[in-house]
Amino acid sequence: MYASLPDAAGPQVSVIVDGKPVAVPAGASVAAALLLAGAVPSRANPVTHAPRAPYCMMGVCFECLVEIDGIPERQACMIAAAEGMRVRCAPRSSPPERS
Amino acid sequence: MSEPYDLAIVGAGPAGMAAATTAAELGLRTVVLDEQEAPGGQIYRSIERVARDHPQRLAMLGEDYAAGLALVRAFRACSVDYRPGSTVWQVEQPLGILYSAHGESHRLRARRILIATGAMERPMPLAGWTLPGVMTAGAAQILLKTVGAVPQGRVVLVGCGPLLLLFAWQLLQANVRVSALVDTSTPGARRRAARHLPTALMAPGYVGKGLRYIRVLREAGIAMLDNFEHVQLNGSERVEEVVVKRSGATERLAADVVLLHQGLVPNANLGWALRCEHEWNESQRCFIPRVDSWGLASQAEIQFAGDCAGIVGARSAEHAGRLAALESAYRLERIDATARDAKARAPIAELRRHRRIRPLLEALYRPGDRYVAPEQDDVIVCRCEEANAGDIRRAVAHGCPGPNQMKAFIRCGMGPCQGRMCGLTVTELMAAARNVSPNEIGYYRIRPPIKPLALGELAALQLE
Ligand SMILES: Cc1cc2nc3c(=O)[nH]c(=O)nc-3n(C[C@H](O)[C@H](O)[C@H](O)COP(=O)(O)OP(=O)(O)OC[C@H]3O[C@@H](n4cnc5c(N)ncnc54)[C@H](O)[C@@H]3O)c2cc1C
Ligand code: FES
Repeated sequence: MYASLPDAAGPQVSVIVDGKPVAVPAGASVAAALLLAGAVPSRANPVTHAPRAPYCMMGVCFECLVEIDGIPERQACMIAAAEGMRVRCAPRSSPPERS
Repeated sequence: MSEPYDLAIVGAGPAGMAAATTAAELGLRTVVLDEQEAPGGQIYRSIERVARDHPQRLAMLGEDYAAGLALVRAFRACSVDYRPGSTVWQVEQPLGILYSAHGESHRLRARRILIATGAMERPMPLAGWTLPGVMTAGAAQILLKTVGAVPQGRVVLVGCGPLLLLFAWQLLQANVRVSALVDTSTPGARRRAARHLPTALMAPGYVGKGLRYIRVLREAGIAMLDNFEHVQLNGSERVEEVVVKRSGATERLAADVVLLHQGLVPNANLGWALRCEHEWNESQRCFIPRVDSWGLASQAEIQFAGDCAGIVGARSAEHAGRLAALESAYRLERIDATARDAKARAPIAELRRHRRIRPLLEALYRPGDRYVAPEQDDVIVCRCEEANAGDIRRAVAHGCPGPNQMKAFIRCGMGPCQGRMCGLTVTELMAAARNVSPNEIGYYRIRPPIKPLALGELAALQLE
């Protein structure tokens, strides 16, 4: 969905997204890592289970909540990706429903 | 407990950085808290890293971005206590500032506070706007500035406003050609804006820059669609297409990434939580805190500067920050009124120059009624609780008197974003349904903490 520019050489960190290692530029937020890894949808809306993904990247929409190092509901766009960090997405778990 | 700071500044964007630099020059003991890891705010995000590791990207992002380096360097060089990675979640009276940094909460005391929390993009509730693959244009721009990442595949921009044009231009510099720009600005807006052109031309550089972006996008052959009746986004697990309906004909644009933008609104939750008075600004189509020309709020120890006090743009934000710091020093009796006024002369003149662009921009890019108050009932308004426009209209019909009661009626605004994504839409929908001014409807009552706190953080609060 997103890709690094060809000039992207520079320091990188590796994070583990749903078990798979992903290398991203140092300074990337966890949400940026998810988008670079194509880990989208990254979350299901808790009410309807509709698929969701980071939306604002600046901490205001709360659509980027994922589990980081065992702690659920962390705001991925406000947390810097760190070496070895384990990120778990929780995309849709049941079919869409609307009451 | 240690001595309180003279001044606590929330936000290290152009307004906060300029205020801090001025406050330090005037000898104020100043602390700056910002939730980002580096100074710059939204416009100059990651500028130090880009200049150091990827200087070639400065040209790609444009001269206005590179101009931030001087401001950031002056800020770094001044003697203030700068605390990056610090999210302010509550301000108590008398002034105690509670903030969360790297999983721990702290409290510090200050005699005055300057809120310089900037802007966020105005929510754009369209059918399909919650689909993965749909983001704000600013979000994609953050990816470009912070990690040099660009959207892949077919990219469609939907909305209007200077930031949308700037970003389309920046993507072109990065060799990404968007497949279409779906322009939601209101038919007739150009005509209505025309009378502001002479004033706007007196603001330094803006009109020329805007025209240049438009020309470059046209020359690149980017399809621009306007004057249509309906736009919606379709997809199942991700966005797949943008559908535009115009005089009976339907156009389907395949899309992998859709970027929305319809201007900026103040990032206002801190001011609301502090019960500062706000009022509806019809020209900017949002609430803004009631402040005087020094940024003083309805409570005299609180000031606002920059886009959080009404959208003014980065250059104006910087000068507003300087003025706010001068007034703080005056209120703290470090300078007298004569000294304050003498030092204020240059920033006031600059503010006046830069503000001349605003009436044109506000008329030209005024968000259309149907994009701030969706007509179709099934358009989601509250992304967290998935309340839609129909739910809100029905609640009004059943006697729901205001936005706060809307929370109880349909849980709208009760999710983790605390109303940031739906608050203005709820006000607009209610105002339209009742045919009254948004001022009469008001806004959600915002309560601290203004950002959800991790469990246990409160218990372990560190006092200073
Ligand atoms: C996503 C986005 C991208 C933009 N890009 C451009 C651009 O490229 N060019 C342009 O001319 N204009 C741009 N703008 C407009 C731009 O924001 C402003 O004109 C300018 O940055 C305003 O400066 P400011 O100092 O008022 O606020 P900002 O620069 O927004 O700075 C506010 C700061 O406050 C911090 N903050 C907010 N809330 C809290 C809190 N509770 N606790 C701690 N810190 C907090 C934020 O992290 C931020 O650093 C953009 C706006 C947005 C929303
Ligand atoms: S993407 Fe909006 S809060 Fe993280």
